[in-house]
Amino acid sequence: MDQTLAAEDLLQVRGVRQSYHKDSTAALVVLDNVDVSLRSGEIVGLLGRSGSGKSTLLRIIAGLLAPTSGQVLWRGEALHGPAAGVAMVFQSFALFPWLTVQENVELGLEALGVPRADREERAEAAIDLIGLGGYESAYPKELSGGMRQRVGLARALVVHPDLLLMDEPFSALDVLTAETLRTDLIDLWSEGKLPVKSLLMVTHNIEEAVLMCDRILVFSSNPGRVASELRVPFPHPRNRHDPAFRQMVDDIYALMTRRAPTPRTAAPTLPTMAMQLHPVSTNLLAGLVETVAAPPYRGRADLPALAGSLQLELDDLLPMGEALQLLGLGVLEEGDLRLLDRGRLFVEADTDARKQIFGEALRASVPLVAQIRRVLDERPNHRAAAVRFRDELEDFMSPDYAEETLSTAINWGRYAELYSYDEEADQFFLDEEE
Amino acid sequence: MPNTAPAFASIRRLPNLFDIAAGICIFGVLIYVAGVARGTMAPLDAPEATAIALDPLNLPGYAVRTTLRMFAALLCSLLFTFTYATWAAKSRRAGLILVPVLDILQSVPILGFLSFTVVFFMGLFPGRVLGAELAAIFAIFTSQAWNMAFSLYQSLKTVPSDLDEASRSYRLTAWQRFWRLEVPFAMPGLVWNTMMSMSGGWFFVVASEAVSVGDATWKLPGIGSYVALALEHRDIGAVLWAIFAMLVVILAYDQLLFRPLVAWSAKFRFEMTASEEAEDPWVLKLLRRTRLLRAASGAVGRVFDAFGGLRLSFGAGAQRTTARAASRAGDAAFLAVLAVGLALALWQIVSYASASLAWSDLFEAMRLGLLTLVRVVVLMTLATLVWVPVGVWLGLRPKWGRRAQPVAQFLAAFPANLFFPIFVVLIVRFGGSPDIWLTPLMILGTQWYILFNVIAGASAFPGDLQEAARNFRVGGWLWWRRVILPGVFPYYVTGAITASGGSWNAAIVAEVASWGNTRLVAHGLGAYIAQATAEGATAKVVLGVAVMSAFVVAFNRLLWRPLYGFASRRLTL
Repeated sequence: MDQTLAAEDLLQVRGVRQSYHKDSTAALVVLDNVDVSLRSGEIVGLLGRSGSGKSTLLRIIAGLLAPTSGQVLWRGEALHGPAAGVAMVFQSFALFPWLTVQENVELGLEALGVPRADREERAEAAIDLIGLGGYESAYPKELSGGMRQRVGLARALVVHPDLLLMDEPFSALDVLTAETLRTDLIDLWSEGKLPVKSLLMVTHNIEEAVLMCDRILVFSSNPGRVASELRVPFPHPRNRHDPAFRQMVDDIYALMTRRAPTPRTAAPTLPTMAMQLHPVSTNLLAGLVETVAAPPYRGRADLPALAGSLQLELDDLLPMGEALQLLGLGVLEEGDLRLLDRGRLFVEADTDARKQIFGEALRASVPLVAQIRRVLDERPNHRAAAVRFRDELEDFMSPDYAEETLSTAINWGRYAELYSYDEEADQFFLDEEE
Repeated sequence: MPNTAPAFASIRRLPNLFDIAAGICIFGVLIYVAGVARGTMAPLDAPEATAIALDPLNLPGYAVRTTLRMFAALLCSLLFTFTYATWAAKSRRAGLILVPVLDILQSVPILGFLSFTVVFFMGLFPGRVLGAELAAIFAIFTSQAWNMAFSLYQSLKTVPSDLDEASRSYRLTAWQRFWRLEVPFAMPGLVWNTMMSMSGGWFFVVASEAVSVGDATWKLPGIGSYVALALEHRDIGAVLWAIFAMLVVILAYDQLLFRPLVAWSAKFRFEMTASEEAEDPWVLKLLRRTRLLRAASGAVGRVFDAFGGLRLSFGAGAQRTTARAASRAGDAAFLAVLAVGLALALWQIVSYASASLAWSDLFEAMRLGLLTLVRVVVLMTLATLVWVPVGVWLGLRPKWGRRAQPVAQFLAAFPANLFFPIFVVLIVRFGGSPDIWLTPLMILGTQWYILFNVIAGASAFPGDLQEAARNFRVGGWLWWRRVILPGVFPYYVTGAITASGGSWNAAIVAEVASWGNTRLVAHGLGAYIAQATAEGATAKVVLGVAVMSAFVVAFNRLLWRPLYGFASRRLTL
């Protein structure tokens, strides 16, 4: 398609809000007051952490989900249900295992009532375009992950959608496969071979966003909002090692860590329990502290470099950094992770002393953990049902997050030997032997 | 770390209210069981031993007798499972013959054999109630044991090799390996199959309580014989009371046993990732809350633990031996013994059949078998057309599916033969043709297997595939054909295998019905077997059962197995 044509407005999202109601108590807001507009000829990325509502927004745009309030205009008209001209590529591929590659690709055309001969021709063209020629009669289970996602792409492209939605399309693939698929897709786009007018992708990978998108909308979490909008000025194909490219990645890291909540200062204003904990294993935390303390970082690590050398994505690394910050072991500032004194002490300590330090930090800065321990100390039998804490958490967050938060509290508390947990009875208890 | 209170231990042992409630229940049951056990030794002609009264007040007692038979059979089935399946899995040679035997036994319509087993057990304990009791228990056992044994056998054959190697490298003896690794690994499948067996068993316990062979009739006190008596007396009220009593019994069994057991067995599931967990059933909660019971079950657990931990060894070393030469000689000996056994059995069959049967008997049985086959096929088609859409609709709406699933499972467990009289009354009243109107009875109890499996399939249908279908605006017939039907098909086949097998079995009781002096007989193999039994014509019963087994085996091999293979090959990712 010709990108020099005057860009037309495709999609407008106005004041969309999505909330989750928990039995008439306060609504939990997933998306709050989101405005997005999309024109033809651009690739737009929705970048944010998991739980920032970006996938929810994508589903609203796809017409799979109706927003609680606000408006979605597709080509100037209000959207009701999945629109013609919008096709989606799924993170999990979502291929029908009982259909061959050809049949999977033809599915959207069949739904449109395209005659058989026409259907077959177009499907074959799409399969060839995406580099899967020869695999028409294969079933998805015979294909590798990268090839499956190619089928997913072909299935979306074959209906010639105006807008192609991609929900973390490369995150289920290994690094090498993902990179090949990204460059193939960008090549097709720049050569004007993709039969789409615009592309909207959700990602939590900063480099991927900078590599592919013309415009990046950075989402903040809790509730999901568009925190900032960035234009990527580089022409395709882009070079990851270009200093300007690196600078932009660094800037986005800084932007996202700055936006990260700083509970140490915010804690007093929050209700005691309402802090959401991300499930980070204590093993990983200890490993991260050791890595940052050791050369070449020596107590201060640049997040993009750290993510690169540890093979971690932003989505993995940021929660770890935040956990360290929460516990006063380290601090996130301007795209760096810096160890604090307590973190250095932790590195030098032996196993028991580490547990001691971790336990003190937990009781001081995680109200949930402190409260569980307090309740257990007060009870004569030193047992307490976990369900009461879960219920309390659910007043402030969705059941999923409540479960996640509680299981994090269980794991951290176990590591610090503050309490034990009996999974069968779903009870916290203090060990008798101690 | 601060210490816990020293009084902890003593406080915990004090019984609480739940203990008292649980204790009362346990002792009540024990005393009743003792009473029933004494009754079984009574002579059969003693009036109080077999007299059945239609007073509904007797029903609770009958219900307990019926339930006890059920559990006695379950115990036997478990013993059988642990010996037979283990033997088949551990001994390569034994497995060669034991596995096909099990496969055939699964397909034999055991109701047809009821008359032989009654005669056999009555011969063991002449003139005593115990003989008839054992015959009934044996009938239930035969309806339960095979699929439980199969489940254990399959689990034993698929123990993950890393766990197996780990247990060998830590030098666990064969005995320890069995109790520490293999049985726990098999537990979820075994519990599930036990539950399915129990569901099927209610049908047989009801059918086996009132048996007549030739002129002799045995009635054991129980819900089944109560219904049989109600039929003779044309008392529809009594039938309704019996249905109500059965409802209560199955509800109690579902709540008190089924749910807690399934929830408990979930901990043996071989998954490292935590899966979505349902809330504990209330009985399990109660058990966990009672202090004494928890301590008692802890003690039982420790005894069992020690039992499984015994360093028993049966010669089998930790290393897998591959002594080829010795094995080959052994194989030859084994096959020779097997061949002799086969020849003897064949000679037995031929001489018996030639003495008492003519070729025309065989053709007659085949012809009637085809009639019953037509019935089964028509019924399965109708049930599929009705329940697949309903199941999909329910399954895709989690709110409805969660409610409908236990109801369907409950209906599958309910012995449908209790409902037969109602149909019979209607047929007699409106003068319908038995050939047509007796037919639905065959599938009355088994259709629910289709429903609840389809519900399970639809509710497990992946969310991303649903979204993809909506995104590409796939609707109407295309949606059924391309999206949902292939998705639920593997589940449907699982349910349909059970349903069709059950229907064949039900034919024996469904093709003949009576209401007082009125007898309704449909043409079919089931009626053939039932009538031969009533006449005491042993040879014809054997022939009928053999032909029906052949039909069931052929049906399974030619239709269900290929479909099942297709489903697991093509329709799953």
